[in-house]
Amino acid sequence: MSGASVDEPRGLVAALTQSRGALKIAFDAALPGRGVTALFGPSGAGKTSCLRMIAGLDRQAVGELRFGAETWQDSRRRIFVPPHWRKVGYVAQAPSLFEHLDVAGNLDFAWRRAGAPARLDRDGLIDQFGLGGLLSRRVGALSGGERQRVAIVRALLSDPSLLLLDEPLSGLDGAAREDLLGRLEALHARLAIPMIYVSHAIDEVARLANHIVLLDAGQVVTQGPLNATVTRLDLPPALIEAAGAVIEGAVTAHDPADHLTELTFDGGTLFLPGDRARVGQRLRCRVAARDVALTTERQSGGSALNQLACRVVAIGDADHPSQCLVQLAAGGTMLLARITRRSSRTLDLQPGSHVWAQVKATALGA
Amino acid sequence: MAGLSPEDLEAFGLTLRLAGAVTVLLLLLGAPLAWWLARTRSPLQRLVAAVVALPLVLPPTVLGFYLLLLLGPQGGVGQLMSRLGLSLLPFTFGGLVVGSMLYSLPFVVQPLHNAFEAIGEGPLEAAACLRAGPLDRFWSIALPMATPGIVTAAVLGFAHTVGEFGVVLMIGGNIPGQTRVLSMRIYDHVEASEYAQAHTLSLLLLAFSFAALLAMTLLRPRVRANV
Repeated sequence: MSGASVDEPRGLVAALTQSRGALKIAFDAALPGRGVTALFGPSGAGKTSCLRMIAGLDRQAVGELRFGAETWQDSRRRIFVPPHWRKVGYVAQAPSLFEHLDVAGNLDFAWRRAGAPARLDRDGLIDQFGLGGLLSRRVGALSGGERQRVAIVRALLSDPSLLLLDEPLSGLDGAAREDLLGRLEALHARLAIPMIYVSHAIDEVARLANHIVLLDAGQVVTQGPLNATVTRLDLPPALIEAAGAVIEGAVTAHDPADHLTELTFDGGTLFLPGDRARVGQRLRCRVAARDVALTTERQSGGSALNQLACRVVAIGDADHPSQCLVQLAAGGTMLLARITRRSSRTLDLQPGSHVWAQVKATALGA
Repeated sequence: MAGLSPEDLEAFGLTLRLAGAVTVLLLLLGAPLAWWLARTRSPLQRLVAAVVALPLVLPPTVLGFYLLLLLGPQGGVGQLMSRLGLSLLPFTFGGLVVGSMLYSLPFVVQPLHNAFEAIGEGPLEAAACLRAGPLDRFWSIALPMATPGIVTAAVLGFAHTVGEFGVVLMIGGNIPGQTRVLSMRIYDHVEASEYAQAHTLSLLLLAFSFAALLAMTLLRPRVRANV
């Protein structure tokens, strides 16, 4: 399990607890100083509470919190750095824009207080999030997606050292959601600061996160690099939805006639539907455990387009007694397959067995 | 109806000066007080809120009577002021200002309190995460967002002070140019059976009160009803 070490410049180390009614929240985590960390868990798992404790918005939280070399909270030493000194950009799930200001006024509120730092590309950010035409609008007249975009750019313009996003896509409909997700992917590619992204949708996490913290009933269940964590066999039932591989590779070819994209990673090649990205670009794809079938021989008469040579690493229980989860290594990449116990017995699967993972290209998203 | 006599005009000017001074002072004192009432988690909050609301239910003569005792030569505040070399407040304009401020306090503090509460935690937390400290948040978020409440508070405070009688009667007396305000003047006219003059002044006050309330409704933004 890799996390932040104490001397990582922008790593976050938290050991915080808080009681919220019947729910006792214990947030013990060490997050890396770069990239996107997802806080993932079902509704009511305490994700938002964890984010608020990091931002310093919950004074009832007890424990320790360090960001790089700075101590943000240490209850034993009575240290509590208030939010306005923490340099966090926090975007709430339903972001509060300043209703008495227009969009430009909202952005400038942050920009001025950060001292209008020249290294932040203000106009570039406004462009990147498509706010150019909205600057003189009253915020009361904005749509849900526009409000989110204003709130995100406002947070970025405050020159934060850490960006906290709380389910920015949850209130949006299909098109607005896809639009903002694309913009967040682009932001991720060039963001120099770490981002913590709360979500209960695994597809968002698969596209954005490098690192994941799984939360259930207020407790951190496990944490680590994204793919190594979501392919673990010991995820609790509440988080089984997260189980499945996230494969990252480079686009190596397009087949325009069949509308397929070829993705090459260290465990082989996958065909994905659609003409996605350009050749040479990095692309991610989530392979859910239930979309993987196993065979002991390479198939020639099947319809599944993708076959990956794998080695069985371990076999674990699924959340239904009829099924099991098989952890596979394709090259250096972990995969999960959910199959019936009967199939596992018939194929005589053991750790070390060599199998072929069959993945329907149609299951890999449009 | 009769025209306004010089005495009536004097009372009119005095009333405007009194109401203006009381409104400005109450807004300055009431805003921090209302902010504290809206934000604090102190157990004293309810007690202070009740004290602030007390003039709503107290007969003005009772308030005036106790102020007279307290501020007078035998009262605690009065004695303190004498020892500090200050002149006593009863039967002066200053005394009227103090009495009127207490009397109109809830009319200013309650709209402000409601307006501050209506802002909610969201915008203030957002501002805090954008590096705005507590004072900055009060100035640049709370006050502008509470503007409709501030307008209501000012109009109510002003109009209520213009209309007071009981407190003035007790601690103001009826000194021309000092403490003889419009409501006293009307009372005098009625006492002297000068109904025409009383009528003029009364109509003036009626028109003023109506105009104040109308202005308040018109000034309030229609989208937000946070007062």
